[in-house]
Amino acid sequence: MIKALDAAGEGKANAYLKRLMWPLIVLAALLIVNIVVTGFGFIVPEVHDGRLGGAFVNILRRSAPLLLISLGMTLVIATKGIDLSVGAVYAIGAAVACQFLLDRDQSSMQNVAVAVALALAIAAVIGAWNGTMVAYFGVQPIVATLIFMIAGRGIAQLITGGQIPNVADSSPFVEIGRGAVATVPVPIIIGVAVFAALVLLTRTTALGMLLESVGGNPEASRLAGIRSKGITVLTYLIAGICAGLAGIMGAANLGSADANNGGLWIELDAILAVVIGGTALLGGRFFLLGTTIGVAIIGTLEVTIINVGLSSQWQFTDKAIVVFIVALLQSPEFRAWILKPFRSRGAGQAPTEPDSEKALAK
Amino acid sequence: MSSATLTERPTRSTLFDGLSRYIPIGATVALLVAMYLGGVANYRNFDNPQLIADLFIGNAGLLIVAVGMTFVILSGGIDLSVGSVMAFSTMACAWLTVEAGLPASVVVPSVLAFGLLSGAFTGAIIHYFDVQPFIATLAGLFLYRGLTLQISDHDMSIREIDFFSWGMQRVEFGSPRDGGFSLPYISFIAFGVVILAFVVLHYTRFGRSVYAVGGSEQSALLMGLPVARTKVGVYAISGFCAALGGVVAAFYTKSANPLAGVGLELDAIAAVVVGGTLLTGGAGFVLGTVAGVMVMGLLSTIIAFQGNLSSWWARIVVGVLLLAFILLQRVLARSGERRKG
Amino acid sequence: MSDEPIVQMTGITKDFTGVRALDGVDFTLRPGEIHAIMGENGAGKSTLIKVLTGVHSPDAGRILLDGEPVRFHSPGHAQAGGVSTVYQEVNLTENLSVAENLFAGREPRLGPFINFRAMRRRAAALMSDIGVDLNVAAPLSSYSIATQQLVAIARAVDIESKVLILDEPTSSLDREEVAVLMRVMRRLADSGTALVFISHFLEQVYGICDRMTVLRNGRLVGEWATADLPENELIGHMLGREVEALAGIEQRTAEHEPAGAEPLLSATGLGRKGSIAPFDLEIHPGEVVGLAGLLGSGRTETARLIAGADRHDSGGLEFDGRRVTGHNPRTAAARGIGFCPENRKTEGLVGDLTVAENMILAMQASRGWARAVPPARRAELVAQFIAKLDIRPANPDLPVKNLSGGNQQKVLLARWLLIEPRLLILDEPTRGIDVGAKADIQRLVAELSDEGMSVLFISAELEEVTRLSDRIAVLRDRELIDVLHEESDMTTERIVDTIVTRGSAE
Repeated sequence: MIKALDAAGEGKANAYLKRLMWPLIVLAALLIVNIVVTGFGFIVPEVHDGRLGGAFVNILRRSAPLLLISLGMTLVIATKGIDLSVGAVYAIGAAVACQFLLDRDQSSMQNVAVAVALALAIAAVIGAWNGTMVAYFGVQPIVATLIFMIAGRGIAQLITGGQIPNVADSSPFVEIGRGAVATVPVPIIIGVAVFAALVLLTRTTALGMLLESVGGNPEASRLAGIRSKGITVLTYLIAGICAGLAGIMGAANLGSADANNGGLWIELDAILAVVIGGTALLGGRFFLLGTTIGVAIIGTLEVTIINVGLSSQWQFTDKAIVVFIVALLQSPEFRAWILKPFRSRGAGQAPTEPDSEKALAK
Repeated sequence: MSSATLTERPTRSTLFDGLSRYIPIGATVALLVAMYLGGVANYRNFDNPQLIADLFIGNAGLLIVAVGMTFVILSGGIDLSVGSVMAFSTMACAWLTVEAGLPASVVVPSVLAFGLLSGAFTGAIIHYFDVQPFIATLAGLFLYRGLTLQISDHDMSIREIDFFSWGMQRVEFGSPRDGGFSLPYISFIAFGVVILAFVVLHYTRFGRSVYAVGGSEQSALLMGLPVARTKVGVYAISGFCAALGGVVAAFYTKSANPLAGVGLELDAIAAVVVGGTLLTGGAGFVLGTVAGVMVMGLLSTIIAFQGNLSSWWARIVVGVLLLAFILLQRVLARSGERRKG
Repeated sequence: MSDEPIVQMTGITKDFTGVRALDGVDFTLRPGEIHAIMGENGAGKSTLIKVLTGVHSPDAGRILLDGEPVRFHSPGHAQAGGVSTVYQEVNLTENLSVAENLFAGREPRLGPFINFRAMRRRAAALMSDIGVDLNVAAPLSSYSIATQQLVAIARAVDIESKVLILDEPTSSLDREEVAVLMRVMRRLADSGTALVFISHFLEQVYGICDRMTVLRNGRLVGEWATADLPENELIGHMLGREVEALAGIEQRTAEHEPAGAEPLLSATGLGRKGSIAPFDLEIHPGEVVGLAGLLGSGRTETARLIAGADRHDSGGLEFDGRRVTGHNPRTAAARGIGFCPENRKTEGLVGDLTVAENMILAMQASRGWARAVPPARRAELVAQFIAKLDIRPANPDLPVKNLSGGNQQKVLLARWLLIEPRLLILDEPTRGIDVGAKADIQRLVAELSDEGMSVLFISAELEEVTRLSDRIAVLRDRELIDVLHEESDMTTERIVDTIVTRGSAE
């Protein structure tokens, strides 16, 4: 019996690793390309001013806001949902924090704490709102979160009065974005901490499993007695908080909050990171570590383009290529079509049937 | 013959249910009228007819793109790439005429054809490989923006090409002093697109198939409707409209801006929803989209007249409108389900 | 009625992964006849029809249409070839008008534009031909499902098919509407169309059909003229006398009948419109109550109401002597009611989740998300039930979708056994699984009830029901018609008799 359980544990670990294999390979390939082009200095961290630096470390530091948002997005997508409002919540979080500090004593730790808490609270409210619309009002996730995607930046502008509030370099607030603890940049620490917190939350409690059940088969989950409404709201709440925190980090790094451009289009990058990381858009099993690797890939890709000598305009095109490849590979019809010449005749069903069969399959 | 004829009385008033389809667009039109009257009451010169005409000048591109988006949304899909395709089309027009020296009469049709074909390609991927429209058109958003930036990362002027000065030539309707107004040719292009779309959606088999597929793709398939052709077709139309929007932008600004149209897809989707079309598909009117575009345009105008409000209020109001229309649609849907029992 | 067959299917065989749905089936259809295909679930009726209409392609066999070999590859293709189908679920688009639905894809045109006036005129004529008077310009959604079904039939009729297949067309029709449909069918047949009629309503089948083909377990049992086949013989052919190697499970004896015990669950006037007529049913502690009836008789609907999976709109439930309010899957589980639904794939198991996760799901759901079942306890429980139910492979971390049907069913069972329910509701737990697993599950049900658990048991195989049940509720046409409790009544013959006699006593 013990041996069987051991083997079983191995089996699960193996399946998990297999899922992460492709993203890891892609990341490794990108890193290798960069090392080849710029030398080992790419990956080796150096220490400047008591802070870790170096190209790869910088990538991780700059990607921290995207990481936070992508992690929240992972949970939302697992429930068969989507959150398009995270960019706007990012902007609102930044705006609230900076605006609060604007005419106050910016060197006071207490003020900084209040600013952060206030911003997170508002972000949480917006997340809860989104979740309530989806779970209790039955509005489609795309539609429900579209509202804040459109209106959110207007609200952020409202908060800042159309200005760009600045926070002084001397304030402890900017440490959130630029500081370092034991030479490790604070954004990386926050990113790791949130990652750890979410992993703990979803894997030591039953939240992860129930999320995957609700996203994987909502009807079966209902019949098994799962209370899906509360879980759904919680998921969007988490996504909102992550987005708010990301905005605070971004604003701290810049020393200001830009309601118009802060976190612009970050939701699209986040969705991309989640999908690369192995979580399917249709919901079900999710992979927080996979998402993290996806974020690293996106960040590294941007730098690779530059290092390889392609102009920065290639940023968009290559993201498009990645989306295409991932989407097509996840499509069973595409895989069947590509492998058709290699399949032996007579094995399985003729591929011309899918539409009608699917239509009548109850 | 049979002696008994069964008279079917509908389970709820046919009049109501036939009319309930028109409630959302009715709300939009009511809103439009209310906004206009409010504006006239509060601001001087608001009743100048040129004001309404201006709605169709600055928003001509948006209107065309939104009409294309209406087709896609009616069929149950979504198209996030329209802003990028539009920018790419303007940039392609600019580059091909200015840098490559090709005649505009060749370039413009080619750009339009490219928009049509690229849309069809996207539609094919969505239908045959079962890729979700969100993801497939997201790829398009990145791809065409990237291609646009690769052609040029800064503004390119097309002033020197005579062809592109045609679009803004105006047609006068009465003299300005006597309450007349003028409209440039691009507005007529937009009107033409709207009329064509209306006819296609309501008077052709293809148009009715769009509604059917949006209502229930499975049923449409089992009824023997040409689902593949319909789905590929709506994305082709959307691509074409985005390209046409780009050409119109070339006429309007006489330059190509690589960052033009960023966020245009959001405006188009908002216009379609505020115009009464269900995001889930199967219900809506292209005239509703026109009303939606007008609402958004009038909103900006009112804010401009107000003077002391910043333009970001427009965003908030659009968000609120969106919320209101979405909840209205939910309420109508739920009451419909309840009546059926 | 000519004698040259319009459709001739010979030796049709169709396999799905691991299951042979059709095994060398022949089917002959003549013009002008109304031909019924009869059979229980898993008999292969719908597969046969799907093969004919191009949804599936057969692995062996030949199809001749009007003497020519054909192989359709889609319903649209079949429609163009003259074979139209009207489905059980109305497959029209509600958002369009009646007229538009009738002519979708073939609207009358003026040049490239639809001629609405002509379309409405033809639509009105079509509907009045059928004998239904309605407003063809109104949206389809404003009419009841029954009316929508008639529109679907009118559409198929207009397409001028050689063959019209009606798959359970009367499920949502009332008496008058059924009469209208029968008239239309007769008229079509008289004008030369061949009709295939699939229905579980025996009196309708006997009322209108000229011939019947009976299928069982994917094989052809035979073809008869309706006049030559009395009802109880028909049912006998459909259900058959399976010789199962199921030793050791004895007929339940009277000692297990709880004498005068308070019922654990008592349903009074419990019903749901369009689903099941109001019924009374009592379930006592330690009792096995079987629900028996033909396909479509309402067994699943009954079970779902008791389980709280569907909401009832009449009557009430008492559990443990106390009235139940707000009955839903969550509160039902809290009370100790476990429910294994009929369709384990779409309603029971979460495919991507592991065996262990699927097993622990109900227990975890009752604790909420914050309090996870301690890993050690979970591993212990999972291992215990894998052993007890002999689930193979014995790996708790395999995704459950990789298991065979029988083992999947055991996982689903384990989910509810884990919470030690007082009433376990099993809807077709032995369908589509191998004989060994079947025996395991039946043995388990007997053991559970011996230990004091109540079981509500549905199976299409009457032998199972008679073997395991203390009492049997017999259903027919969405109505509970009788409850058999005498030991001498626990036989297949008695059940069939009940179905036949009660049904015709109207």
